[in-house]
Amino acid sequence: MSGPGRKASLHQLVYLLGPALTIILLLFGGGLLLGLFQALDVSSATGMKSITFDHFRTVFTDPDFAGSIALTLYISLTSTLLAASISIVLALAIAHWAANNRIVNFILQIPLTVPHLVIAISFLLLLSPGGIFSRFFSFFGMIPSPSAFPLLVNDDYGVSILVVYVWKEIPFITFMLLSVLKNLGPELSEVGATLNGSRLQRFRYITLPIIGPSLGAACLIVFAFTFGAFEVPYLLGKTYPVSLPVWAYKNYSDIDLLARPEGIAIGLIIAATITVSITLSQVLIQFARKRGVII
Amino acid sequence: MRGKTLLLCVLVSVTLPFLPLLLWSVADKWFYPALFPQAFGTRAWSYVFTTAGSQILDGLFTSFSLALMTTIVSLLLGVPAGRALGLYDFPGKKLTMLFLTLPIIVPPLSVSMGLHLWFIRLELAETFFGIVLIHLTFCLPYTIFVIRGVFSNYNPDFEAQARSLGAPPLTVIFRVMFPVILPGIIVAALFSFLLSWSQYLSTLIIGGGKMLTLPILLFSLIGSGDRPVAAAVSLVFILPAFLALLGSAHYLGRTGLKGIR
Repeated sequence: MSGPGRKASLHQLVYLLGPALTIILLLFGGGLLLGLFQALDVSSATGMKSITFDHFRTVFTDPDFAGSIALTLYISLTSTLLAASISIVLALAIAHWAANNRIVNFILQIPLTVPHLVIAISFLLLLSPGGIFSRFFSFFGMIPSPSAFPLLVNDDYGVSILVVYVWKEIPFITFMLLSVLKNLGPELSEVGATLNGSRLQRFRYITLPIIGPSLGAACLIVFAFTFGAFEVPYLLGKTYPVSLPVWAYKNYSDIDLLARPEGIAIGLIIAATITVSITLSQVLIQFARKRGVII
Repeated sequence: MRGKTLLLCVLVSVTLPFLPLLLWSVADKWFYPALFPQAFGTRAWSYVFTTAGSQILDGLFTSFSLALMTTIVSLLLGVPAGRALGLYDFPGKKLTMLFLTLPIIVPPLSVSMGLHLWFIRLELAETFFGIVLIHLTFCLPYTIFVIRGVFSNYNPDFEAQARSLGAPPLTVIFRVMFPVILPGIIVAALFSFLLSWSQYLSTLIIGGGKMLTLPILLFSLIGSGDRPVAAAVSLVFILPAFLALLGSAHYLGRTGLKGIR
């Protein structure tokens, strides 16, 4: 960004960037391209002659498609928004009261190291109908019978999925915000206070614009991850409708090999949806900035 | 006072999910609606260490060597690339950056399904090397992302000084550049290790169920419905990363793992 803008010879650049670019180009670019070929039925034997959009059409016209994409969007948007809101409050609280508290910093790093799979299992043990929460409420007579405990796992609203993602992503977003807030002294906020800015106004017009870029970047990464992740909705989601990644893998691993290109097609639809929504959000933010909206 | 309340809130929310894992792993009998296990015992742990001991140990070893190899290759390729992106200006820099970090947002699932058929043809499927390659598709971009950030605050003039004093290129790399970027390298390494360590679906697709990493073993255990054993293996699964965090916390001090997800 604010780099000194040093120049490097082409020779130097090729040897610095070449290996990494080759790997990403071959494996990532190649993977997506080869996937597209398979989803379009293009093969080395038949070439472009056999090209067909049938697999994509089958997916798009599937009666479950709308439900699946709606569920996936609901899960990723809700968990991103919840995690982001809590993270803002948490980051501000830490920056204010515990900026140099190493214990808080250490504890908050723990969730970063725990795989999603493990957290999904522990929330299964906590929130399922026979789980610890249900036992707790029933033990203290807060619910009349075990069956009165609300369904939080494999349920309509994906409660346990959201809880897992929120638990796991809050530290990530919070650390992204703290890295900005740490370099921000109280001066700006004090100026705001002298100008009679209310707490809310100071947040809206001073803090938010400063943490904005980091918050946005963190949210995009969380959104993209939760939209394309498999384990958590597979373990904690209900059997119908399933999220897009679960649906993709179900088709891909189907004993009917004809379902495989459809699985790949869904995988590509996931990749495309994420890329398009992130590009769109960037364009919208740029547009809003040009119109003078402070974000 | 408020700092203490904050600490307590964070502590409780973070540690809560570990409670069921710890309790279930030592529960021999825990029928609903008992709040605590009716009988404690070491059945699950003895299963993990003796009955399935070799399988779990193999899983630990497979997961560990995969993650280690992926991390080493990611660093070898990612440090030079991160240096180029963080330090120099060149035409097409933004595009290169975008392309190299795009795999961070595109899920591994889309890439692995596309590559699978070709990995089978190239005899890379179901091999250690094949899985390292598929893990590289997301570990390398994250490494580049972290290292680029390190190099955007790096002053290469020290290297010029070392060179003018007659230091050969390797000495410049290991005695000048390396010590300066070491904290960044540790963060990037932990990052890439954890991503590979916790990866399930891409390992399953490319490994075809032949590479029994810990996540794959754990998934099959949940299917079998044995809660105590699943809880015990979960704890085994999180222990190495936790130890790495403890080790790095001392070294990294307050910078910590920020940026890792």
